Parts: sequence; structure tokens; C-alpha cells
Amino acid sequence: MSQKELEALCGVESAFAQPAWYIESQNAWGLGLKLQNLLQAVGQRLLPWLVPLLLVSVWQIASSQGWISVRVLPAPLAVLQAFGRLAESGELWTHVQISAGRALLGLAVGGGLGLALGLFTGSIRWVETLLDSSIQMVRNIPALALIPLVILWFGIDETAKLFLISVAVFFPIYINTFHGIRNVDPGLIEMGRTYGLSQWGLYRQIILPGALSSILVGLRFSLGLMWVILIVAETISAQAGIGYLTMNAREFLQTDVVLVGILLYALLGKLADVFAKGLERYWLRWHPGYQ
Amino acid sequence: MTTTFTSTSISTTAGGVRLALQNLGKAYGQRQVLHNTQLTIEPGEFVAIVGRSGCGKSTLLRLVAGLETPTQGQLQVNAQEVQGLREDTRIMFQEARLLPWRRVLDNVALGLPDAQREAAARVLAQVGLGDRLNEWPAKLSGGQRQRVALARALVHNPRLLLLDEPLGALDALTRIEMHALIEQLWHDNGFTALLVTHDVQEAVALADRVILIEEGAIALDERIDLPRPRSRGDARFAALEKRILDRVLQHPDEEQPAHDTSWPGLPVHGVRWAV
Repeated sequence: MSQKELEALCGVESAFAQPAWYIESQNAWGLGLKLQNLLQAVGQRLLPWLVPLLLVSVWQIASSQGWISVRVLPAPLAVLQAFGRLAESGELWTHVQISAGRALLGLAVGGGLGLALGLFTGSIRWVETLLDSSIQMVRNIPALALIPLVILWFGIDETAKLFLISVAVFFPIYINTFHGIRNVDPGLIEMGRTYGLSQWGLYRQIILPGALSSILVGLRFSLGLMWVILIVAETISAQAGIGYLTMNAREFLQTDVVLVGILLYALLGKLADVFAKGLERYWLRWHPGYQ
Repeated sequence: MTTTFTSTSISTTAGGVRLALQNLGKAYGQRQVLHNTQLTIEPGEFVAIVGRSGCGKSTLLRLVAGLETPTQGQLQVNAQEVQGLREDTRIMFQEARLLPWRRVLDNVALGLPDAQREAAARVLAQVGLGDRLNEWPAKLSGGQRQRVALARALVHNPRLLLLDEPLGALDALTRIEMHALIEQLWHDNGFTALLVTHDVQEAVALADRVILIEEGAIALDERIDLPRPRSRGDARFAALEKRILDRVLQHPDEEQPAHDTSWPGLPVHGVRWAV
């Protein structure tokens, strides 16, 4: 760019900068920018919902236009109506209560055992030598492979479902507790010893809090498994629960109620995950990763 | 920063311990890490141990701490033979080793009865962190973490403070601040201090005596008679630092100049390469 051109350009620019209308338009432009930022922020929030919304709309239109048979896939509105009907009659809550009760009882039994055994094998060397290889062997059997055996042992009543859920949630909690304890920084334990902490003090103040983040990872894995096993167990046979609700609806070709059941499983799963995340955020609030 | 520390003493009972290492040695299997070491440290003395990495200086500190048991010889505190961890001894490690799940105040109060939490807050104020009591350790800088670790050690009124390269990971400016802080607290409390470091300047700045360990044995015991607080720009400081540094860098197999053989209080095996 030649000197002359540059001067000409500067001349043009300074001529632009002077008039009052330019400044005003600058302000207006600034306001527009803020609005644009706001819209962008809102857009960022809404964007993840766009695809699900679109899918549901297409689904609704396809159903109401009769492109999809109601028996294959009832319209979203029909599913909502079925949901409302079941909620009103109280039937829905009874089944949800029974299913959630089964799941949580199984989690308490299996998870509690996993936690206790993980703490033992993680903390005491000879207990690890005694038990860990056996536990690792059993771990490789998928819980669902036990179904025929479980039916032979317990029949098809509550005990069978509880047993399956307990077995499934046991392993993630056991393994993560064990590794959590083993991965506590030995430097911290040594520090605790030099500061005169007793064995129990070391355990309560250093080893358990150090293993907690790992234990919570195990809990989240277990929660996911818990619902999967519950669904399978309830589908095989049940006299009550969400599985019973859906299997019963299948007999009567009530596809909308089947969809309500599936949505319920999704909601309960999400709820459990939110709860586990909340625990993490509270217990690990010292951790930069959870702040 | 260095002027904000109060000079009131943390403890009521002042004084450090007399430490005596008698033929102390440590071997891991076949490998002899520390040979029969003879060393006496007077009450309230500040002794720095320097040496290349792997020379056995950290092992010496861990033996004195009671974290390791010697395979030969014995350790005496105030003329009594001791073994294992002791109440009157506290260690500051290379890493701060704070519990990340406890707030700063609770870290300092570790192992203290509940009634003495006030003391923890007071010591934290003395190391200049009186306003960060409720912070998580993850939010602190490296220097602040080491100051919390120092407060945690001092709240127990130790009579022997062991420092295992506690400032190795800090930047130069923070290190100089920490030197002043450690010197001040040592001066106020009168404990015996044993510092392991690979920084010769740090050793000369802080210690009454600098001891060089080479291949598991004491190779040099140099008294530093500079007045405190010491200025790093001082000609005598620089000369001492250079002399010790040159000696550290010298290979043990090389011939020694004649004037270096007159160190006080060394047993013959300590200078085996020189005689």
C-alpha cells in the first residue's frame, strides 16, 4: 500500500469517526451485540433439546396422519394420556413404588456387601489373598446367566429378583472400593502416622475419604446395572411393578401403556444418576473436578 | 511478606533436643545406603544436610524421624536411646501432604484435640495465612501449601523439626520468603532443626552447620558463622557457598586439596577417601 493510499484511507476513516450519527449508531450496535450474546446463550441452552423436539413432532405428525399404526407406535399425546390415566387411578404409583423398592433393597444388600468386602480386601493383605481371586472368578459370570439357576433355587418370587440385583450391583462397588483404598496416597498415610494418628484415626480421616471418589464411581456403575437387571427380572415374571405393568399391557395390545413403562424406567434411571451426582458434588466438594 | 510475622513464641516450653547418631547405618538388603554415621547436634542448632540425589541424606532424615529402623548403631535423643516415631518430632515433607478433603484449619488441627483448634488458627496466622482458614488446599499455591504444612508441624510444639527438601518445588522468590519464615519461627521457638536440601545456598542461608553426605557417609562438616539474618549478596556468604558447592560437585574419587582435611569431629571412616 502506497503512502498516498494510506493517507486517503486515514482521511476517510477520520471523516467517518467525527459525525454524531456515527457514535449513535455505535451505541445501537453495542446494544445489538449484547442482544446477540444473550440470544447465543439461550441458543446454547436450547440446542440440545432441538433434536428430541423435532423427533417427537415428527412422531406426533406421523401418528396423527395415520402413517404409523397405533398398535406399533401410538402418538406421544396418547402416551401422555395413558400416563395421566394410570397416575389418576393410582395404579402407576403402586407399580413404581414396588419396582423402586425392589431395586433399592437389592442395591442395599449387594452394594452393602460389596462395600464391606471391598474395605476388607483393600485394607487387610491376607483377606485379599484369601478372597480376591475367588471374587474375580465369580465376577466374570454375567448376572443374567444365573437366571435359570436362580429360578430353580428361588422360584419366580421376590427373592429371585432381589438375588439377581444384589449379585449385579455387588461387583462394581466391590472393585471400586478395593481400588480406591489401594490408591490412597501412601505419602498421606505416612504423614498421618508421623502426626500420631491411631489406626482407626488413619482409617477414618485419611483412607476412607481418600477412597470415597472411587467408591462413588462404583455406586454410579451399580445404579446403572441395577435398573437393567430389574427390568429383565420383572419382565420374566412379576405380579406387580413396572415390568408387570408393561407385560400385562402387551397382552392386551396397549402399546401406549408399554411406552409409559419404558419411559418410567428411563425417568427412574435418570433420577438415580442425578442423586449419585449430587452425592459426588457434596462429598467431593473439595475436589477441583467437582467445583 | 517477611515483616508481617509476629515474634511471639508459639510454645511456652522452649528448647530443642540434643540429637546423637552413634554409628548409625542403614542397608536395604545387600545395598548399604548409610554407613556408620557419627553425628551430634546440639539443642536448638540448625543443621543442613546437603548432597547429590541418592547419597543417603533422605535416609538419614527418615532414620532420625523414626520412619525407618537402623540396621546398625543407635539414635539418641537427649542421651536416651530412641526407636520409632516420637511425639516431640515433626516432619515437613517435600510435598505438603495436606489432606485435600479437609479445609486448611482442619489440616493444621490434624491429630490435635478439639480444645486446641484455637492454637491451629493462631499458628496459621503466624505463617501469614490467618485469612485462609476455610479454604480447600486445592485452592492454595505451592508456597501457601508448604506454609500450611509448616503450621501443622509447629502447632505440636516440636522439639525437633525435620525438613525433607520442603522447598524444592517452589519458585525462587517464594523460597526466599519461606527461608525467612522458617528462620524466624526457628529463632522464636528454639527447636532443633535438621534440613535436608540439595540447594547449597539454602543450606548456607539457614544453617549453623552444613553437612555434606557422599555415598552414605559424612564428607564435610562446615560451621557457618555468618550473622543472622544473612544476606545473599554478602562476600563471605558467596565465598562459603562457592566452597561448599565446589566440594559437592567434586567427584569423590578425585584427590583432595590439603586444607580440606581439617574438619572438626569427623571419625576416620567418614573421610576414608581423603586419608
